[in-house]
Amino acid sequence: MSLRIVVTVKYVPDATGDRHFADDLTVDRDDVDGLLSELDEYAVEQALQISENSDDDVEITVLTVGPEDAKDALRKALSMGADKAIHVEDDDLHGTDAIGTSLVLAKAIEKAGFDLVVSGMASTDGTAGIVPALVAERLGVPQVTLLSEVAVEGGTVSGRRDGDAASEQLEASLPAVVSVTDQSGEARYPSFKGIMAAKKKPVESWDLSDLGIEAEEVGLEGAWTKVESAAERPARTAGTIVKDEGEGGKQLAEYLAGQKFI
Amino acid sequence: MAEVLVYVDHVDGAVRKPTLELLTLARRIGEPVAVALGSGAAGTAAVLAEHGATRVLTHEAADYADYLVVPKVEALEAAVAAVSPVAVLVPSSAEAKEVAARLALRIGSGIITDAVDLEAGDSGPVATQSVFAASFTTKSVVVKGTPVITVKPNSAAVEPAAAAGAVEALDVAFSEKAHGTKVTARTARESTGRPELTEAAIVVSGGRGVNGAENFSVIEALADSLGAAVGASRAAVDAGWYPHSNQVGQTGKSVSPQLYIASGISGAIQHRAGMQTSKTIVAINKDPEAPIFDLVDYGVVGDLFDVVPALTEDVKSRKG
Repeated sequence: MSLRIVVTVKYVPDATGDRHFADDLTVDRDDVDGLLSELDEYAVEQALQISENSDDDVEITVLTVGPEDAKDALRKALSMGADKAIHVEDDDLHGTDAIGTSLVLAKAIEKAGFDLVVSGMASTDGTAGIVPALVAERLGVPQVTLLSEVAVEGGTVSGRRDGDAASEQLEASLPAVVSVTDQSGEARYPSFKGIMAAKKKPVESWDLSDLGIEAEEVGLEGAWTKVESAAERPARTAGTIVKDEGEGGKQLAEYLAGQKFI
Repeated sequence: MAEVLVYVDHVDGAVRKPTLELLTLARRIGEPVAVALGSGAAGTAAVLAEHGATRVLTHEAADYADYLVVPKVEALEAAVAAVSPVAVLVPSSAEAKEVAARLALRIGSGIITDAVDLEAGDSGPVATQSVFAASFTTKSVVVKGTPVITVKPNSAAVEPAAAAGAVEALDVAFSEKAHGTKVTARTARESTGRPELTEAAIVVSGGRGVNGAENFSVIEALADSLGAAVGASRAAVDAGWYPHSNQVGQTGKSVSPQLYIASGISGAIQHRAGMQTSKTIVAINKDPEAPIFDLVDYGVVGDLFDVVPALTEDVKSRKG
C-alpha cells in the first residue's frame, strides 16, 4: 500500500513588514519579504506525522501556486521533511482570486495524483480560510477541515474539529481534503541535515498549459470578484495615556462611564 | 423587489445575533428571504420576521447534523434555484464560510469573505473589507454570478423591522456527495454564561502579563462586571492559561466590539490583526513602550493587578 499526500502551501508577505497594494490593487509583493505561511507549517507537520505513524509507503509532495520567490516556501517545507515539490508559476496567474486559486490547485493535485490533501486552516495574508473547502468541491472528495487532531488509518481519515458551539469528531474515506489548525501540534524546525537534503530534492515547475487551464480562467481578468478601491486606514488619533499612581483604575472607570460603557 | 437570501445561523432554533445583523444589511439591497436548516429551523421564523425576513425557507433533516458542510451547501443551492436572489449573505463563522465558498463555486458565482460593511452599488452590492491587520480598507464587488458575501459579526446594528416572515418548506434532495464526511460524535461546548466572543459588544482580554491561569479570574471578574466576553492573546493560550476558543488574533478569532480592553497584552501584529477594528480600544500595561498604546483611545501604564481590580470595583459600584 502506498499513500500519496499533497500538502498545499502558500508564500505570503511577512505580516510584520509594511504590506500595501500595488497600482492594480493586487498585493504588492516587491516591497515586502515573503515566507511560508505560518499556518501551512502545521499542515506540513501533520503530513509528516501521518507518514511517521503509517505502515504504508508515504510520499509527501508540497505544492504551491505563486511567483518565482514562492520556491522559498517549498524549500522550507522540503527541509522540514517533505519528499518533493511542485511549483505552479505563470505570469497569467497574477491577481488570481480564491476561486481561481482553487482551480489551479485542484488541477495540479489531480495531475500529481493524491490520496490525501493537507492544507493549513487559512493563509496568514488573505485569512479567508475557504480554499480547502473549494479544493474539496473541485476534486469531488470529502472535506475534513479545521482539525485540531488528525489520523489516517486503513483508508479512512478522522479528526477533531473544535467549533464555537461544539467539538465534533469527523470521519471520511480517502481520498479527502484535510485542513488543520494551529492547535494540531507545533511544527518542527528544519534540522541542518534537513536543510542540506532539501537542496537535492526535486522541485517540478508547471505552468498553466501543463494543467490545461486557459489564461482567461485565472488572473485579474478571470477573477469572479474585483477590488474597486483600497485605502490606507487613517492613523488613530493619539489616545489619552495616564500613568497609574494609585488612581489608574478609577480614572479608567471615569473614562468608560463618560463613553457610556458603564 | 429583488430578493436577498440570508443564511440563518441558529442553534436548535435560537438565532445567533450575526444573522439579525445580516437582515439589517440585506434590506439595503433588497427583500430578505431567510434560509433556516436543521433541527428547530421553523422555530426561527418569528424572530426573523421581526427583523425583516419576508419569507423563511426551512428544511429539517438529520443530515445537517450528521454530515459536515455539504448538506447545507446543497440546501442553499436549492434555495438559490427556487428564489433567484440578487445576492446571498452568510455570517462569517468558520463553518458558514465553507458553506458559502462551496455554494459560490456550484452556482458559478464570485465570493467575498469577511465583509465589515455592505451597500447597494450600481452593479450589485459593494462589500467593505478590512485587510492587512486592519491597516487597509478595501471595497470589492462580485463580477460573476450571484454575489455570495460573508459578513463579520458586529458589522451592523440590529434593527427590528416587522415583515411577513411566511414559513415555506424548502425542497431539498441530497446527492451522494452530501454524505462524504460523517460527524461521528459531538460534544457541546460548556457555556460560561458569558457572551460569545465574536458577537460581544465588550471584550476584555488578557495576555502574557496575566502570568498564570489562576490569575485570569481577575480578567473574568472585570468582564463579568461589564457583561463582556473574555479574550486571550496567543501567548496566554500557548502557555495553557486560557482555552484556544478564546484566542483573539490572526490564528484565533477576529473581534470587532464596541469596546476592547487589553490587559497585559503588548500588541504584536498577530494580536492587532484580530482586534484592530474594535470601535474603542483601552489598554493596561506596565510597559509604556508596548505597541498596543499606539492603538488606544485610553491607556493606563501600570500593573494590571492594581488597575483591573480597582476598575472592576468602580464598575460594580457605579452599576450599584
